[in-house]
Amino acid sequence: MSVLQLQRRQVATIAGKEFWDRIRSLWVLAIALVFTVFALVIAYFGGAQQGLVGFRSMEFTIASLVSLVIYLIPLIALVLGFDAIVGERERGSLDLLLSMPITRFELLLGKYLGLAAALAFSTVAGFGLVAVVLASHLNLSGLAHYGLFMASSVLLGLAFLSLAVSVSVFASDRTRASGLAIALWFFFVLMFDLILLGVLVVGGGNTGGEWFAYLLLLNPADVFRVLNIASLDEVGALYGLATVFPRELANPWLLCAVLLAWSVLPLSLAAWRFRR
Amino acid sequence: MAKSTPAVADRAAPRALVEVRDASKHYGAVHALDGVTLDIAPGEVFGLIGHNGAGKSTLFKMMMGLIAPSRGEILIDGVAVTGDDFREVRRRIGYLPENVVFYDNLNALETLHFFAKLKGVSHSDNRALLERVGLGAAATRRIREYSKGMRQRLGFAQALLGEPRLLFLDEPTNGLDPDGIREFYGILAELRAAGATIVLTSHILAEIQQRVDRLAIIAAGKLRAVGALSALRSEADLPLWFDVDCEAAARPAVRAALASVTVTVHDAPAGLRVECARQHKLAVLAVLGSQAAALRDFHVREASLEDLFFGLSS
Repeated sequence: MSVLQLQRRQVATIAGKEFWDRIRSLWVLAIALVFTVFALVIAYFGGAQQGLVGFRSMEFTIASLVSLVIYLIPLIALVLGFDAIVGERERGSLDLLLSMPITRFELLLGKYLGLAAALAFSTVAGFGLVAVVLASHLNLSGLAHYGLFMASSVLLGLAFLSLAVSVSVFASDRTRASGLAIALWFFFVLMFDLILLGVLVVGGGNTGGEWFAYLLLLNPADVFRVLNIASLDEVGALYGLATVFPRELANPWLLCAVLLAWSVLPLSLAAWRFRR
Repeated sequence: MAKSTPAVADRAAPRALVEVRDASKHYGAVHALDGVTLDIAPGEVFGLIGHNGAGKSTLFKMMMGLIAPSRGEILIDGVAVTGDDFREVRRRIGYLPENVVFYDNLNALETLHFFAKLKGVSHSDNRALLERVGLGAAATRRIREYSKGMRQRLGFAQALLGEPRLLFLDEPTNGLDPDGIREFYGILAELRAAGATIVLTSHILAEIQQRVDRLAIIAAGKLRAVGALSALRSEADLPLWFDVDCEAAARPAVRAALASVTVTVHDAPAGLRVECARQHKLAVLAVLGSQAAALRDFHVREASLEDLFFGLSS
């Protein structure tokens, strides 16, 4: 039905409202500040446990940022998007929206794109400011790695936002949607790796090998981690996972594509569910 | 009593603007709407009457293509509301949902701007539109600060975006104060004069009975009657009665005179209550006229649409 006759103006109207709502409520500013402050603290005090204070290297800063962002961005994205549709439904404004000359797919896509723009904007602005502050420490390779880190952070956000918006379609009310969003965060951010490790240990290491690496692609948070760690030769050795990761899978383009797929698939599922 | 399958008085020489054919909505065993068929002609003001939960809003949502019928179909301007072509038709329809909800963080102008853009209609005259519904002074106030009545006025303004030729107004005076109700019907009269087709619902019958061309009575998901008020009245043949005000001493004489017509006479505090069938009204009047000297006053009481509604709905 709708996908073929998508009206961009309708999508842009919905997306614009979502984006400007987040700008006006200072949501974008607050999140950007959180990113900036955390990143600067990590950059300058990340080595404090080893008795070192002050900036060490971009690679170690990125490595520390990755461990932080992997918790923070999924949480922020899920909180941002979990009530996109169910919130309108519960507030009672969904019927009026759908009575407009707009298809359900256009509404869903507009919501997603508007929220995605707000999240991407905060991420780029927050971490971008850090890059400006650290400019004197950055060489070309550091800049490239930091650029990849920022881009992958945006992609990680988009992937979890896609999950969040699909939660907002499937859940029957806001309470359930928030529960489901938290459950997803627990599963992908906390449980997934533990389960994989458990399987490895139970299997006595014999079950390892190539397919284990492929299983990591099933979790956008792991894809994000591998994408950043694999690109950092200096710290790669610190992470056992990254070293067992097969070279052909460590291709950053491939991993970015996997993250992109993670932002498309849940949304497509949501669109299918929401069509009537 | 009216028949349960209403004889739709089809004045439709041109094609009906809204055609509802056997529309039904079942949620499991619950029949929210059951086999509703009706036509609404261009330029007509059509009232849909029923208790809360009778199925009015379900029918409205179905007419806007918001919920798919379990059975039957609805055409507006010849276009099925469930089809892809209905998107263009929606541009020309104004819809005020029951208990309309807007975004608290926007003001009235921003709200109209947003919906005008979605609707793809001009938004240059939104301020005039807000003046028209009495929100001119509150145009830049956040909806968060709006009262229920103000939200309803804004909902009406939203429905008027793009000067629609067809309006669906679900409980439009809900939450309005008496001034608001009067102003609302003033605007409705202007729209009607300009040739718009208006469908509105209410559970307050007295409020809309003088303002609609035809009405439909809906109860428990079924259409009980459709037609003009006068047609429904005569079809239902509800009783009428005379409250006769006379001296106690004059009562026997009046009673005796009334014995010549088919009536039921009761004693009432101020005199007599005389009940009769509609066809005997003039005969009773003639008798009372002949007894004029014995009477202080009398009033003719007829069943209202309210009585009719409750009679048909129960």
